[in-house]
Amino acid sequence: MNDLFYISAAVAVISTVMVITKLNAVHALLYLIISLLAIAMVFFSLGAPFVAALEVIIYAGAIMVLFVFAIMMLNIGPEYAELERKYLGPAAWMGPVILAGILIVELLFAFSRGGGRAAGAGVVGPKQTGIALFGPYLVGVELASMLLLSGLIGAYHLGRRDSKRDGEQGRRVS
Amino acid sequence: MAAIPVEHGLMLAGVLFALGLLGVLVRRNIIFMLLSIEIMLNSAGLAFVVAGSRWRQPDGQVMFIFILAMAAAEVSVGLALAMQTYHILKTLDSDAAGSMKG
Repeated sequence: MNDLFYISAAVAVISTVMVITKLNAVHALLYLIISLLAIAMVFFSLGAPFVAALEVIIYAGAIMVLFVFAIMMLNIGPEYAELERKYLGPAAWMGPVILAGILIVELLFAFSRGGGRAAGAGVVGPKQTGIALFGPYLVGVELASMLLLSGLIGAYHLGRRDSKRDGEQGRRVS
Repeated sequence: MAAIPVEHGLMLAGVLFALGLLGVLVRRNIIFMLLSIEIMLNSAGLAFVVAGSRWRQPDGQVMFIFILAMAAAEVSVGLALAMQTYHILKTLDSDAAGSMKG
């Protein structure tokens, strides 16, 4: 399990370097997804399987999909179809595929070596986490729910474009 | 089998945080700055989970879940702001929004 930690840490660092050096946003997103998957593997090898699953589902699943939607909405236009064909050439996805392949090999190796047992430190499973979350941290859960609600309202308010405000901006520009 | 030293986990978190900070400082595209902020939040959560696994307590994971909720709220508002910036300024360059009115 120690080797799994170090290999996935290396994958995480490499893909994060690629995120901040790539010029194309879609390529950077591909590498960021690999980085998040690698960090999920790190969590798994540290004995935190619940958080590893949350990392894959929420970070790599939901938040990255939000980024993809935003990038796609910023690039609406007839020239975009040509651009999209250019985005995902073999040179673009080869790097992420190789790094993801390393992670898959690691995962298969971990499962073949006897399931979800982690290295020495011991596993803190979902049950203990849930008991702590809804015991001493109950106020934090309520605060997080209020934060998410305010994020929802804020995103709705900022993302709305009604005709009245557009007209006002047009007048201000002219 | 020996446990992973806590220093190595914290070192990984520090390296990832430094990379995210570098991304925020170097890149001028708002989308890339948001991505770098995600990297930094993620590495902070990694530090929490490493510390939680060191003492075998669930508190680190609970903190990571809170960071996850905060990141989700932050990224939704941040992306809405980025779209608004793009519609008003017709660019994603953060330097274009460098001056205030008034």
